[in-house]
Amino acid sequence: MKTLSTLFKNNIREYGMLIALVAVMLFFQVQTGGILFKPVNITNLVLQNSYIITMALGMLLIIISGWIDLSVGSVVAVIGALAGVLIVRYNVDWFVTILICLAVGAAIGAFQGYWVAYIKIPAFIVTLAGMLIFRGLTFILLQGESVGPFPVDFQRISSGFIPDFLNVFNIPNFHLTTMVIGILLSIVLIFMDFRGRQNQDKYGFEVTPFYFFVLKNLMITAAVLGLCYLMASYKGLPNVLILLFVLISGYTFITSSSVIGRRIYAMGGNEKAAKLSGVNTSRLLFTTFVNMGLLAALAGIIVAARLNSSTPNAGDGMELDVIAACFIGGASASGGVGKVIGAVVGAFLVGVLNNGMSIMGVGIDWQKVVKGLVLLAAVFFDVYNKNKN
Amino acid sequence: MADVILEMRNITKTFPGVKALDNVNFSVTQGEIHCLVGENGAGKSTLMKVLSGVYPHGTYSGEIYFEGKECKFQDITDSEEIGLVIIHQELALIPYLSIAENIFLGNETAKNGVINWNEAISRTRDLLKKVGLDESPNTLITNLGVGKQQLVEIAKALAKKVRLLILDEPTASLNESDSDALLELLLQFKEHGISSILISHKLNEIEKVADSITILRDGSTIETLDSRKGHVTEDRIIRGMVGRDMTHRFPPRDSKIGEVVFEVRDWNVYHPIHEGRKVSNNVNIKVRKGEVVGLAGLMGAGRTELAMSIFGRSYGTRISGTAYKNGKEVDLSNIDKAIANGVAYATEDRKAYGLVLIQEIKDNITLANLKAISDYDVVINEPKEMSVTSGYREKLNIKCSSIRQMALNLSGGNQQKVVLSKWLFASPDILILDEPTRGIDVGAKYEIYTIINRLASEGKAIIMISSELPEILGVCDRIYVMRDGKIVGEMPASDATQESVMKCIMTQQQEVMAA
Repeated sequence: MKTLSTLFKNNIREYGMLIALVAVMLFFQVQTGGILFKPVNITNLVLQNSYIITMALGMLLIIISGWIDLSVGSVVAVIGALAGVLIVRYNVDWFVTILICLAVGAAIGAFQGYWVAYIKIPAFIVTLAGMLIFRGLTFILLQGESVGPFPVDFQRISSGFIPDFLNVFNIPNFHLTTMVIGILLSIVLIFMDFRGRQNQDKYGFEVTPFYFFVLKNLMITAAVLGLCYLMASYKGLPNVLILLFVLISGYTFITSSSVIGRRIYAMGGNEKAAKLSGVNTSRLLFTTFVNMGLLAALAGIIVAARLNSSTPNAGDGMELDVIAACFIGGASASGGVGKVIGAVVGAFLVGVLNNGMSIMGVGIDWQKVVKGLVLLAAVFFDVYNKNKN
Repeated sequence: MADVILEMRNITKTFPGVKALDNVNFSVTQGEIHCLVGENGAGKSTLMKVLSGVYPHGTYSGEIYFEGKECKFQDITDSEEIGLVIIHQELALIPYLSIAENIFLGNETAKNGVINWNEAISRTRDLLKKVGLDESPNTLITNLGVGKQQLVEIAKALAKKVRLLILDEPTASLNESDSDALLELLLQFKEHGISSILISHKLNEIEKVADSITILRDGSTIETLDSRKGHVTEDRIIRGMVGRDMTHRFPPRDSKIGEVVFEVRDWNVYHPIHEGRKVSNNVNIKVRKGEVVGLAGLMGAGRTELAMSIFGRSYGTRISGTAYKNGKEVDLSNIDKAIANGVAYATEDRKAYGLVLIQEIKDNITLANLKAISDYDVVINEPKEMSVTSGYREKLNIKCSSIRQMALNLSGGNQQKVVLSKWLFASPDILILDEPTRGIDVGAKYEIYTIINRLASEGKAIIMISSELPEILGVCDRIYVMRDGKIVGEMPASDATQESVMKCIMTQQQEVMAA
């Protein structure tokens, strides 16, 4: 078992996070008398955290680049407001509105990215300014009041579920399509992991022991199937979860296997060295901000659709949850380090804490204290491990 | 025999899995300059960290006696208290504080927490006079060159009433004249009874100043040579360091020089901040296929600035002039284009500009040419990347546990090989190497020279910037001498001697000074 323990030690950060997440979930499952794992609550958990995770993906790239974006909460608000104004006041088609919102989000990202990447103003300052500017613009757009409601189609982005195509069998209270998707996904995941392992073996690289491979895939499969089963017993897979799945897979691919991802890590690790290696660091940094704006806009749409109205205070303080998710997930504040899966697990950890404590009736005051301590503990764990090595 | 001031007995220090020091015995007598030499990783720095209390008493075994008393340092302040001051290779000065503020940092001339600036400044003035630095105590560190900063560090040590001064490669980033001044200072201190321990890779310096020389190899003391009893030659030291006689410090070359591959004409570059200051002044250089051209000169002569301005205008403003490759004008207006046109520049400062230290070796090697290991130029093909980088690991003999090891954990020589691999993988025709052997040990230097020779014989054109004259003479076919942004001399290496090159640099200097 020596290999297993060294394997664990080498990946202590990633496994540690997962174990912490599972432990926290079990804790709340017991403390809430079994409410946490109820299908309706699991579904809610996903819906509540979808926008945090969406933005954590963009924030992660910015943090890896060595910067930060404090404006995302305000961008969520201003995009929500824009959607409300366009759809409700001007009767613009909801789909066209989404396109406009995404474009505006990208433009906001470009605006901030320009100052950071080309004029070299620290992102902390630029996005602090952005935080004020876009919050202010939200109030101006909404004239200080909530705008809503939205058409049903628009709401579905956040609160809809995928249709049950396989309902022909007519199983009551069970969303068969969801379960089938879960099974297919499990098979694909196992197949991909197996192929990756084979590939590594073929090139003579060290591979993890076979029993570990089996154990890992069993656990992943159990988690995927368990989640799908819970969802299937409620209303099926939420639309948002499909969107999240696509985004997470896409960004995992970008960070781990694409040229642009590798360059972002290099830029964050040593900007000068990256620049002298032919990486156009200014343009790359600009791009990560545009990407952040785009994802913040997407989150803004999701939030507005979920609340079914555009409110001036939407997204208030959200930037902190997003940044916390990245740092809890192991990203380094000095740049160059961080993983998508870490940020996602970090976001879920924050989400489960919020959700579990709310069910238990813990006040918002203590929730903040607990979240703050968890952030500190996670980063302490990083620093401690680093020093020990 | 003079009194022994410091004695370290049977020092053993282990790190998880490695014995860094194995029963090392080391002693320094009153008023001597004691040089500590050894290849990188031999344990020199570790020994000095034990001595200065960076590794506190109890984390190692063995005893330390200073002036007859046993020392059990808990941290670096304990050792400084009794007059043992270490100056690290990486200077520990605060750039935006003044000289005086830096000198008395942590040792302020204060009463009840209120600093007496008049006293601090007048004492700083005295100290600066002692080290021969003609600067105002209020000058900010950031406005000083490395050589002067080094002197400030020494002044800082003097302020602490130093008895034994430890210098870890103090001249690594200094040019010859600054180095000489520094060594001269050590000799002066010796007159005043201050002993020094000098860690250096530059054997000529050691030959010049050492009273005794202790050689470490693989964590053990090999021998202590006493140069007062008879001259110790460089070759003798090298033999002790590497455990073999290195009669040839430079691998033999068989130059096959072809047509002119690369040429820069009327190259002018201005300083990015100090407007109107020309850092390259009408420079004309050319390099032939299979030729190694040396760029000699003092630090600050504008060699790095010239190289970087050629490499995609990565330095300077208002750059004018034309570059030709194989007789045709080439566009080198940004780094991307420079790389695409077959120009590569390996920096003099591998940690700050050459490597992403927190990334794996393989990521560093492929960074400048990611597209070559990617499918459709977008998706990194990891197996391909692994096999390419493993190839370089083998070819350049990069010593590492795995190609996935972080660059941070490599020794200087191996880091340099990673930088070279990166640029070789970009498959340039013209390779500019800026101080390729700085701060690396003799064995690794030889390997780097061998690689340079091989590249030249493969038909690459190489421009090598170096501050070590023996290296320029030993490796290059032709030498340009640069001073004050101008090319002031050109000679075939076969005709040149250290003296003649030095003379070329100095003569020009005197002329300018006279003018």
